[in-house]
Amino acid sequence: MDIHEYQAKEILTDFGVEVPPGALAYSPEQAAYRARELGGDKWIVKAQVHAGGRGKAGGVKLCDSDHAIQEASENLFGRKLVTHQTGPEGKGVYRVYVEAAVPIAEEFYLGFVMDRSSQRVMIVASAEGGMEIEEISAEKPESIVRSTVEPAVGLQDFQAREIAFSLGVAPGLISQMVRTLQGCYRAFSELDATMVEINPLVVTGDDRVIALDAKMTFDDNALFRHPRVAELRDKSQEDPRESRAADRGLSYVGLDGNIGCIVNGAGLAMATMDTIMLAGGEPANFLDIGGGATPERVAKAFRLVMSDKNVQAVLVNIFAGINRCDWVAEGVVQALKEVQVEVPVIVRLAGTNVEEGQKILAKSGLPIIRANTLMEAAERAVGAWQNDLTQAKRMRAVT
Amino acid sequence: MSILLDRDTKVIVQGITGRMARFHTKDMLEYGTNVVGGVVPGKGGDKVEGVPVFDTVKEAVEATGAEASLVFVPPPFAADSIMEAADGGIRYCVCITDGIPAGDMIRVKRYMMRYPKERRMVLTGPNCAGTISPGKALLGIMPGHIYLPGNVGIIGRSGTLGYEAAAQMKELGIGVSTSVGIGGDPINGSSFKDILERFEADEETDIICMIGEIGGPQEAEAAEYIRDHVTKPVVAYVAGLTAPKGRTMGHAGAIISAFGESASEKVEILSNVGVTVAENPAVIGKTVAQVMGKAA
Repeated sequence: MDIHEYQAKEILTDFGVEVPPGALAYSPEQAAYRARELGGDKWIVKAQVHAGGRGKAGGVKLCDSDHAIQEASENLFGRKLVTHQTGPEGKGVYRVYVEAAVPIAEEFYLGFVMDRSSQRVMIVASAEGGMEIEEISAEKPESIVRSTVEPAVGLQDFQAREIAFSLGVAPGLISQMVRTLQGCYRAFSELDATMVEINPLVVTGDDRVIALDAKMTFDDNALFRHPRVAELRDKSQEDPRESRAADRGLSYVGLDGNIGCIVNGAGLAMATMDTIMLAGGEPANFLDIGGGATPERVAKAFRLVMSDKNVQAVLVNIFAGINRCDWVAEGVVQALKEVQVEVPVIVRLAGTNVEEGQKILAKSGLPIIRANTLMEAAERAVGAWQNDLTQAKRMRAVT
Repeated sequence: MSILLDRDTKVIVQGITGRMARFHTKDMLEYGTNVVGGVVPGKGGDKVEGVPVFDTVKEAVEATGAEASLVFVPPPFAADSIMEAADGGIRYCVCITDGIPAGDMIRVKRYMMRYPKERRMVLTGPNCAGTISPGKALLGIMPGHIYLPGNVGIIGRSGTLGYEAAAQMKELGIGVSTSVGIGGDPINGSSFKDILERFEADEETDIICMIGEIGGPQEAEAAEYIRDHVTKPVVAYVAGLTAPKGRTMGHAGAIISAFGESASEKVEILSNVGVTVAENPAVIGKTVAQVMGKAA
């Protein structure tokens, strides 16, 4: 789960990381009022969206008057901010964060990630702050410093010092750097984060180490023990179909194609999508309905897939092991009676009791296209969709 | 004997009184797995499917001589159960549980390191379907009847995709020595490399089939290991060619976040070390058959 910059900064402050004075606003007027409260004569107005690359996308504005803040905020509120991380549809701006501008002397990159190779938390740092980490690793890989944390004892001060010195931080600022690194690591491990990124971490003109930006991502599997973090979820930043799926215990990822997929198991779901592509089509979604393909789950899945207006055919691929094919077939039939599905439906069942399952589908009287193998299913789905298209064209030609 | 478990391997089920655990305990017993007990704190003295339940793993091991365990414990408590197994003298543990916090798994992996290598527990999973040596024993939740006994060793992240591969092989009359699910989580007990090492040394395995997916470095690490240490032919499939970058595809670990983690990059890395890659999931069985034909 992602959270906003201002939320990450609040959390990190609790762990001893210093951030610029700032305040949240829900309207342009409030933004200007917040700036007056903060004082000073220069402020940064930052769109709060769950994505990086806001600066380049015009989501971060330097302002030097009430009027400028009001104008910058009016431009941001209600807009869809499109960055390289949001996809073409962008993310809605419903909150802005106003911060007092600080004089920057030096910028660093600081990241904490779950390193899957060492199976430990890894610190990634670079003196090339302000650039995206992908750019740094492409253009200045030699500037990157890495260090992994021994999980039994946590981050040691000497490790933090080593990182600070190798970044070229002045000796007088080392203890502030150590405090910042320790704070981030404690926040990461105590709150079950999967990513903490501070980019840039700056040294100010008056020798303070400050997190100018902050990003945190949390392990969804650990939210049960961090109710306060779980409360920070902002559904306005999620794909509405994906949040609806998550609320129903289904795992869904929306894509750009037009063949909807309903599959049990994540690996098989990805494999099904791949087969559709090889057959010349494009999947509309990833959807894993989990091990037990109960009628309720299948019906939920159909509703979800059909809520995507681009879907022109639906491919159901279930490998029934313990849950037998006959039972899954009954589920599919029941779901199709409940949910209005006006596009071709292709069903491929495999595993236990597959013949009985096929019989149930055949006897249902529903216009289900059956397939025996994964390839056959994908080809029929692509065929049905193309057929549908040509028919639609013909219809248009007639009328 | 086959890798990891055999007909005689004594098995306990942690969390045996749960609905799913009961169901699969029965299924495993019917398949012939030597299930000798279960562990649920506070339920010591009960019986499930005819096997005794103990309060702790230590008691269960003392009373039954159990060597392997299957963890069916809910996510908040699963890491603790794995560590209890590691400390209680279990040699091989399969964790089925999906949804264990990654931070817990980091602690589990670290905890297991405190035992010297010769008595360190082997863990596969979490978030996997388990391990089966067809015709001998089943430690997991897979449908046993889709596997024929044979000489192909399977290693896979995904449950149902692994079933798909095994069923395709059965259709062609190809059997399996052992199939090991390593699970879909970012931090897992054993990697492809760990299991490849076992299959390479296993007399009953002549060919290895690995089923990977997007996310993480383990397929690339396996490729390096295959290049340097594996003499048996390896067939692979990598799921997720159509998966977008930066999105989690169901499995917590199925997310492309770095270079070399996409399906096409993994396919290339594996092909470069001589692995025969099935170009689509519908031909995994066929590809194994072709490679077998050549190897024979």
